[in-house]
Amino acid sequence: MYEIRIHSRGGQGGVTAARMMASAAVKDGKFATACPFYGAERRGAPIVSFVRIDDTPVRIYSQITRPDMVVVLDPTVMETVNVLDGLKKGGIVFVNTHESLTFPPEFKAYCADITGIALAKNMFVAGSPILNTPVIGAMAKLGIFSHESGKLAIQETFSDVRNVEAAEAAYNEVKL
Amino acid sequence: MKNNLVMGTGNKAVAAAVKMAKPTVVAAYPITPQTEIIESIAEYVEAGEMDARYIPVESEHSAMTACIGAAATGVRVFTATSSHGLLYMHEMLHWAAGARLPIVMGQVNRTIAPGWNTWAEHSDALSQRDTGWLQVYVSTVQEAYDAALMAFRIAEDNRALLPVMINMDGFLLSHIMQPYEMTEPGDFIPPISLPHAIDMDDPHGYGAMSPSNVHFQFRFDMEKAQRAARTVISETEEEFAKRFGRRYAPVEEYLCDDAGVIIVAMGTLGKEAEVAADILRKEGVKAGVMRIRWLRPFPLDMKIQGRELVVIDRDYSFGFGGVVAGEIQARYPEAKMARIIAGLGGQEVTYDDIAEFVRTRKIGTEYWFGIAEEEQ
Repeated sequence: MYEIRIHSRGGQGGVTAARMMASAAVKDGKFATACPFYGAERRGAPIVSFVRIDDTPVRIYSQITRPDMVVVLDPTVMETVNVLDGLKKGGIVFVNTHESLTFPPEFKAYCADITGIALAKNMFVAGSPILNTPVIGAMAKLGIFSHESGKLAIQETFSDVRNVEAAEAAYNEVKL
Repeated sequence: MKNNLVMGTGNKAVAAAVKMAKPTVVAAYPITPQTEIIESIAEYVEAGEMDARYIPVESEHSAMTACIGAAATGVRVFTATSSHGLLYMHEMLHWAAGARLPIVMGQVNRTIAPGWNTWAEHSDALSQRDTGWLQVYVSTVQEAYDAALMAFRIAEDNRALLPVMINMDGFLLSHIMQPYEMTEPGDFIPPISLPHAIDMDDPHGYGAMSPSNVHFQFRFDMEKAQRAARTVISETEEEFAKRFGRRYAPVEEYLCDDAGVIIVAMGTLGKEAEVAADILRKEGVKAGVMRIRWLRPFPLDMKIQGRELVVIDRDYSFGFGGVVAGEIQARYPEAKMARIIAGLGGQEVTYDDIAEFVRTRKIGTEYWFGIAEEEQ
């Protein structure tokens, strides 16, 4: 079982990102579930969504408290939320940022400027840059699912080719 | 990924199955607390993908009334609701079952106010327990899809002719995305043939006064139909397994054959309990799970003799106890059980918590999860 927690803000597409991640894993022949945590959700508020990937059907519905990976779509969330909470030792933290951040050495940290990719491609929805398709490319680079399945998952969700291009760009930008 | 696997929520899966079942009429109240089930169906109808009459009405009471009127003409009818919407239907739920109309309803189990809380709880559907509806509780997106397909065949079977309520946990299942297989039902659901359908060429009165002796017989006929539904459900689930390869039973058993202690629950808690049983087995505890799917008609053949039960109720009958535990005790007086009240208002309950319920079980007691010992 591989468990991913995604931190974003309401309206940034974190839930759709979770769905595409799960869908990509299923295309790889795995089983997966994606679920949002529903609280007093409103635009701009910090939210979390969850993805579980396994070789057998996922039977767990409770929230993820000990993730293998944390994805931070919006780095400003880190000002108020401890995104590393419960992250397993040796777990991956991926942050969308153009800055170089340092994390405790027990975690594998990766950063890429996903927002920059969206801005360069002029990808916006309701005035905000689209982050959930480039992040799929970054996840593929980190080996969570195949790049091919990631792109297929994007295509079945969004018809605009820029989304797949953004995923390609993010795939190339993440340095292992 | 198999070609016919799609990723979707429980809501979307029920809507997709209903589309396959081709109802003639869908009547619903389209606003909160309505579900995405109806939103999806409205889109199908609007796009011409579904040849149904979609009737938006001003309340859930009217939604069920419109369903009753449509069903009385002998056509296939579907609706969906949730929590307070279901409660608002209450009077007409009795009507639908009493008039023996095979309406199918998608029902998302959510908490009843006050205070306002939209998360999973079974009190909404269990408070409609005595309306005469057949009630099934599902635990995965695939099961929600399959249960919706089977519901039409079960409801419309002339041995049953009772409405079916498909229950799924709010958010936990209605909003989770899982891969599921779409099934073209073909002739699995036969054409509906309601023996007492309104016939313009042979007019009869409906809903006239019924004197005590006639009314008493009506009620006994409903109970006979519930009893017959046990056979109809088993046959339908068997036929479904034969045709489509996915097998269900009124009570899903997991590792029960040699189990000394059995966790009993409904919905997603019953599925997550399987993970708890796996953990307990590794500790040397012979644990199993019985997930009650069909609460009405109530299962009479649960193999609980000589076992200890840990019954989890995501509901409560105030001044009495958990509904499921109470029903089991009434039908199986010899049952030895620890009664757990957990998950109300969407309270987080993990597989670790469920395993702990089993480890710390005290037979003959009721335990409210998360409440201090001295207050229990």
